[in-house]
Amino acid sequence: MKDRISMTLDSVLASVETVETTAEAYARKAGFDEDTASNISMVTREAAVNAVLHGNKKDPAKHVTATFEITPEDLRISIADEGPGLDPDAIPDPLAPENVLRPSGRGVFLMRAYMDEVHFRQLTPGTEITMVKRRA
Amino acid sequence: MSMKFTIRHVEGITVLDLSGKITLGEGSVTIRDAVRDVLSTGSTKILLNLGDVNYIDSSGIGELVSALTAVKNAGGQLKLLNLTKKVQDLLQITKLYTVFDIFDSEPEALASYSK
Repeated sequence: MKDRISMTLDSVLASVETVETTAEAYARKAGFDEDTASNISMVTREAAVNAVLHGNKKDPAKHVTATFEITPEDLRISIADEGPGLDPDAIPDPLAPENVLRPSGRGVFLMRAYMDEVHFRQLTPGTEITMVKRRA
Repeated sequence: MSMKFTIRHVEGITVLDLSGKITLGEGSVTIRDAVRDVLSTGSTKILLNLGDVNYIDSSGIGELVSALTAVKNAGGQLKLLNLTKKVQDLLQITKLYTVFDIFDSEPEALASYSK
């Protein structure tokens, strides 16, 4: 397994499984314990679901790009879609009392909770989200 | 592995023993259908045993919240049993831990339902 891999995937839910499995493998290779690796793969799954469903809206003409990189300091995972773009500041706070019982809207919150850094970058078109988990 | 479940009826309470993953497109649809089916039979006291649920994502959390809302709207009670540490952690950081009635003991859970 290389220290860096980038894959271009169709906008289908099967791609989510591929991204999730790869995230778990890279997390373990980076030395994270089983629980941490599971959480990393779970939030990577959240990012991939967002890219397929909300970004690309399952458009077969659009693709999801997933990049995994292990550096001496951290594990970096980027998920990019080709959708209309996302304003991260416009995402409602799922912990606000009026939102706690909403059935959706917790994906980005979980990414921020389980990773050390979460960055958004606007593409033309699309959104790239990069999640960083520092190695011990 | 997607989610599987079995249904038991104990002391007037419907117990769903869930196992596997509760995630988008897999277990989450199943849990929604299962709770809806239980409600359609007129049973409104439901206990979800999550002891063998080893993986849940935000969609799965959303399904648990939707199930709770549906059961409450039907005038019933939905409670959770045997959370794994992973699910417990997720409910805590999403501030849902206090929204649900959660038990580690099935007898205590069964006894908690109003008669």
